[in-house]
Amino acid sequence: MGQTPLLTFTDRGIHCPAGDFYIDPWRPVARAVITHAHSDHARPGHGAYLATPGTATVMRHRLGPIRVDCAGYGEAVTINGVTVSFHPAGHVPGSAQVRVEHGGEVWVVSGDYKTAPDGLSEPFEPIRCHAFISECTFGLPVFRWEPNTLVMARINRWWAENAAAGRVSVIGAYALGKAQRVLAGLDPSIGPIVAHGAVEAVNVALRGVGYALPPTARLADTTGADLRRALVLAPPGAVGSTWARRLGEMAEASASGWMAIRGIRRRRGLGTGFVISDHADFVGLTDAIRATGADRVFVTHGYTGPFRRWLEDQGYQAGVVETEFAGEEADVGADQGPDQAGDHALPTEPDAEGGAIRE
Amino acid sequence: MKRLAALFAVLDGTTKTSAKLSALTAHFRAAPEADILWTVALLSGRRPRRAVTTTELRTWAAEAAGLPDWLFEESYAVVGDLAETIALVLPPPSATAASAGLAETMASLSDLAHQPPEARKAAILAAWATMPADERFLFNKLITGGFRMGVAQGLMTRALAEATGQDAAAVAHRLMGDWTPVAITLADLLAPTAGGGSRPYPFALASGLEAAPDSLGDPADWRAEWKWDGIRGQIVARPGAFAVWSRGEELITDRFPEFAPLARALPPGTVLDGEILAWGEGAAPLPFAALQRRIGRKSVPRKVLAEAPARFLAYDLMEADGRDIRAVPFAERRDRLEALVAGLPPGVPIAVSPLVALTGWETLARTREAARDRGAEGLMLKRAASPYFTGRRRGDWWKWKLDPYTVDAVMIYAQAGHGRRAALYTDFTFAIRAGNDLLPFAKAYSGLTDAEFAEVTRWVKAHTLERFGPVRRVVPELVFELAFEGIQESPRHKSGIALRFPRILRWRRDKTVAEIDTLDSLRALLPPRAER
Repeated sequence: MGQTPLLTFTDRGIHCPAGDFYIDPWRPVARAVITHAHSDHARPGHGAYLATPGTATVMRHRLGPIRVDCAGYGEAVTINGVTVSFHPAGHVPGSAQVRVEHGGEVWVVSGDYKTAPDGLSEPFEPIRCHAFISECTFGLPVFRWEPNTLVMARINRWWAENAAAGRVSVIGAYALGKAQRVLAGLDPSIGPIVAHGAVEAVNVALRGVGYALPPTARLADTTGADLRRALVLAPPGAVGSTWARRLGEMAEASASGWMAIRGIRRRRGLGTGFVISDHADFVGLTDAIRATGADRVFVTHGYTGPFRRWLEDQGYQAGVVETEFAGEEADVGADQGPDQAGDHALPTEPDAEGGAIRE
Repeated sequence: MKRLAALFAVLDGTTKTSAKLSALTAHFRAAPEADILWTVALLSGRRPRRAVTTTELRTWAAEAAGLPDWLFEESYAVVGDLAETIALVLPPPSATAASAGLAETMASLSDLAHQPPEARKAAILAAWATMPADERFLFNKLITGGFRMGVAQGLMTRALAEATGQDAAAVAHRLMGDWTPVAITLADLLAPTAGGGSRPYPFALASGLEAAPDSLGDPADWRAEWKWDGIRGQIVARPGAFAVWSRGEELITDRFPEFAPLARALPPGTVLDGEILAWGEGAAPLPFAALQRRIGRKSVPRKVLAEAPARFLAYDLMEADGRDIRAVPFAERRDRLEALVAGLPPGVPIAVSPLVALTGWETLARTREAARDRGAEGLMLKRAASPYFTGRRRGDWWKWKLDPYTVDAVMIYAQAGHGRRAALYTDFTFAIRAGNDLLPFAKAYSGLTDAEFAEVTRWVKAHTLERFGPVRRVVPELVFELAFEGIQESPRHKSGIALRFPRILRWRRDKTVAEIDTLDSLRALLPPRAER
């Protein structure tokens, strides 16, 4: 190993000095490698972007005209002599881990990831490496997800009960990823599926690059008895808003990993919460890290303090990567839709997803 | 437990009172009698003795989950509920077993209390291993106690009344007092007791007056009394029964031996509502702290009896000569109360809480200003024609309290809250200035909006200086205005003072730590020494 590590942590984000590129930088840089299209990872203003085709298509939709090079999963790209490749992270459609190799040393940046299949996203693949930079949004043992099929069965049952009672079912789910994976698991025989505009825009982008999603209707085209049997997928910020009031009698639910905690669920005042996350649970994180074979692990996002200590207890050399708290919150609150920060946003306040709190 | 879990899922999954009411009513119609009795007991705040300590539960749960204790504690700090933390960290059930009923579960928990620790541990671990997560959570809640399931007692009472076809106010009365679900049938619980036994009446509760008092109309329709700061209580004297009840339906007869002579002195069939105060020779009662020394003691030492003698200041008469007179107008009940107390032998520690002259709202407002000098918190306003109603009902009785004292202080420690406030920093310790130092003097955890708590939470995370488990020491920078009802010397506190009911009034974003109050300015609010 040389004097300078392969990846360093700077005030702009994760930097590769040898290749002179950044991974998911939060300030404008010349060359950015992007793990996925959530707004706290794919920011505007970079000179050039490198992403998977799935991520690129959503980024173009969200960030407008940007310069994007695409690389498929497993396809090696050389940047200034450093080999970079994307590998499925299982987080949302198109999401990737970034493998960086130089002089025989391999580092992997996980981006956001989950280890269990969700029925839509390309399933997570463990990549052998010397050093692994892992998110740990849900890095406490109280977070333990049930299999996707089980949660989806529960959601379908809830929908069917509401439909039978003539109530619209409204699910608050992030517009990119959560909404589509829920959509993919819904039983269309129960009733029409209506997508909020912000959700539908992502649906269109993903269908365009080949993701198979069940058909969705627009709210304006769904009325009367159809609407009362319908399930509406909307960004969390739209649930309980004036937009939702036009739906008439309804049952509302949140779909988020945070719904595992009753106090947080009650604070949202929705009653129903489906525990469904696009991040790995505690066991998933621990297993994924073991599978990399890395002896050095850096953790970021979430319960970094306790999770780092837990990894050290397990014999890893572990560190914490600080993220830019203030900058992220200001950005997410100011100019992003109410839906795009993904599950990092611990819903602590009324406008939960607007002012995303990074644990 | 399966049935209880299903009920809980409905109650917890809705914010609509009507949905909760119908789920509870259905439960009271369908569940086995022993389980209904336990449900009623738990939802009316009757908790059994704890069979297992929370320390034992934490240790066993961490061990069963294969977690170090510190990681369990970190998790608990985030979840904010011990029963829930345990249910979440345990691995999925390894076996299935027939789900026991609620009464059966309570009985086996009660048996555990007498067994050695190893046997208790084995029983709890075996129960956890066979229960699905939702039943585990409820099981743990039954052990840790204080379980309301998001249901107010009034709602439970309405559901039980509906399921049994009775009047809700009558059911509320029957559920009062000292009963235990293992030694009663539902029929007996709901039957009118001959003579009433020692059963108290549901307390009538006043609401805070927010509007100007002249909105209440003609002063002649109203009566005013001092609002005392003691323990609200009921004295029940019936043939063969004498009891003193606190508002929390706790039997406190033995804590106040001074009242024992009332058992003979009061005419049989008398029930009084009033305030228990510590009152020596002075013109005003002793501060609440004096009374506090008598609470939580099973027996009261002679020294404390002498230093803080109890007196009952009667507000109301609900039963006279064995007849329930709650429907009689307040003015008339009060006349009868005065006549009754006037006829008592001298020396019994009881008096009628005096009426305050009410000729006009403006004059009364001036009288109210003097409440603190009388040892009172403000005034009570009661409509002369009002019945003694059940529970809190707006319109007839109002509390018109003095504005609280206030102090500007800086936050120095923050801790995450519980329940609905899990993962939010809501419990703060505040300091005032003492010379060049910041001196911790009060804790408060209410008064901000959810949005403000969220903002403070973000700030706390970014300005932590040190962590002690769940507590964070933060940069002394955020200034808050605290309100409190009273102030006392207290050798037990580092600051030498203790505040009564401190809470956050507002976040003073306009003030810096240089502008907070000093210990001296706070001490100036202490009552003059002679009256302490």
